[in-house]
Amino acid sequence: MTLTQQDIDQEIAAEHAAYEKRVADGAPVEHHPRRDYAPYRSSVLRHPRQPLVAIDTAQDPELVELRSPAFGERDITGIDNDLTRHHRGEPVGERITVSGRLLDRSGRPVRGQLVEIWQANSAGRYAHQREQHDAPLDPNFTGFGRTLTDAEGRYHFTTIQPGPYPWRNHVNAWRPAHIHFSVFGAAFTQRLVTQMYFPSDPLFPYDPILQSVTDDAARQRLVATYDHGLSVPEFSLGYHWDIVLDGPAATWIEEGR
Amino acid sequence: MTKTDTGSPENGLPTPSHTVGPFYGYALPFRGGEDIAPLGHPDTVTVHGYVLDGEGRPLPDALVELWGPRPDGTVPQVDGSLRRDPATGGYLGRNGVEFTGWGRIQTDADGHWYARTLRPGARGDSAPYLSVCVFARGLLVHLFTRIYLPGDEAALAADPLLARVGDRRDTLIAGAEGDGTYRFDIRLQGEGETVFLEFR
Repeated sequence: MTLTQQDIDQEIAAEHAAYEKRVADGAPVEHHPRRDYAPYRSSVLRHPRQPLVAIDTAQDPELVELRSPAFGERDITGIDNDLTRHHRGEPVGERITVSGRLLDRSGRPVRGQLVEIWQANSAGRYAHQREQHDAPLDPNFTGFGRTLTDAEGRYHFTTIQPGPYPWRNHVNAWRPAHIHFSVFGAAFTQRLVTQMYFPSDPLFPYDPILQSVTDDAARQRLVATYDHGLSVPEFSLGYHWDIVLDGPAATWIEEGR
Repeated sequence: MTKTDTGSPENGLPTPSHTVGPFYGYALPFRGGEDIAPLGHPDTVTVHGYVLDGEGRPLPDALVELWGPRPDGTVPQVDGSLRRDPATGGYLGRNGVEFTGWGRIQTDADGHWYARTLRPGARGDSAPYLSVCVFARGLLVHLFTRIYLPGDEAALAADPLLARVGDRRDTLIAGAEGDGTYRFDIRLQGEGETVFLEFR
């Protein structure tokens, strides 16, 4: 049976309504997707059915998960955060600057930590062998970058505006333009992989991956803000996106808080 | 902390997780990601296995991260896991001497992964274990689990987590295959589903 956008739209609406009802009935706000979000078909066989086993980290401050791997200057090169300079020529597309801060839930900056990004090129094509979208590769763009956050938790990338692209979740499925982010926090428990979107993308309502975040406010936090102050004259348009990490860390114990 | 953070978001609410997707393979894996142990270290162990879906099929596009302490239980705070070559922009690999404790492995076309790391030491109340974080296309939020190594039955019996999970504890204890090699399959769903963790 052919799965249409209309079928997926109905499933998305049903999941959204079910979430709204749960919250209205007193259930907590859900900041993250549920792993069993069927409109995203790949999730069906790839999520646990048993409930997760909770670890109360306050019971044991020695847990290795309360520490984080360390990264340093050896792990990056000077142009790793400028994706437009990884080849001999200039990539095709709109140059953009993406910057923001990496924070914990208390608003404290996460300093000196690794932020990695990857994305499609301006035509919506990934530099990946298994990518089947028939859009041009750009010999001057790979679409992978990394950086370390600074003393204020800030990160900064120069790249190319990624294009939207089709995928095979259902007929005529298109992903809104996005940049994948992988970040580390002050503890391994705060590990986060996510995607940043661009303001006012008309594809938002049709995308089961974005809509897997059923809470409207939480979903909005995945969308960057256009920031004219970050735009570089004669060069690039600026987007601001802060990342707030979930999960406990041990640092408050060390700091005596 | 010497600076007041005025630029933080007013709400402090977390950024939602998303799937790693299918196309991270040219970005996240790095040379030597699975060779975490310093070369020739006598406490080296090999851990390996498959990542399997709800129908028992291996995932050719899963990403496994391991994080563990040194054999004496201390936690490395050493960078250099993914050293870069400033001349070419490529990877130098680890330096073969220092132990960072962290590695990243993409499953191969058969859905298999392996890593060589140092045998973890005990910390706190727990039996020795390696922390594991699993990412995959289709997995909207990564999953945490642990690899406990068999051998010290008294330590395993006293572990607070293993004591709580009943007959599912076997999903957290690797199988000894001899010569310091241990098998650990990660079953995302269904029969023998791995115990996954949520930290609070």
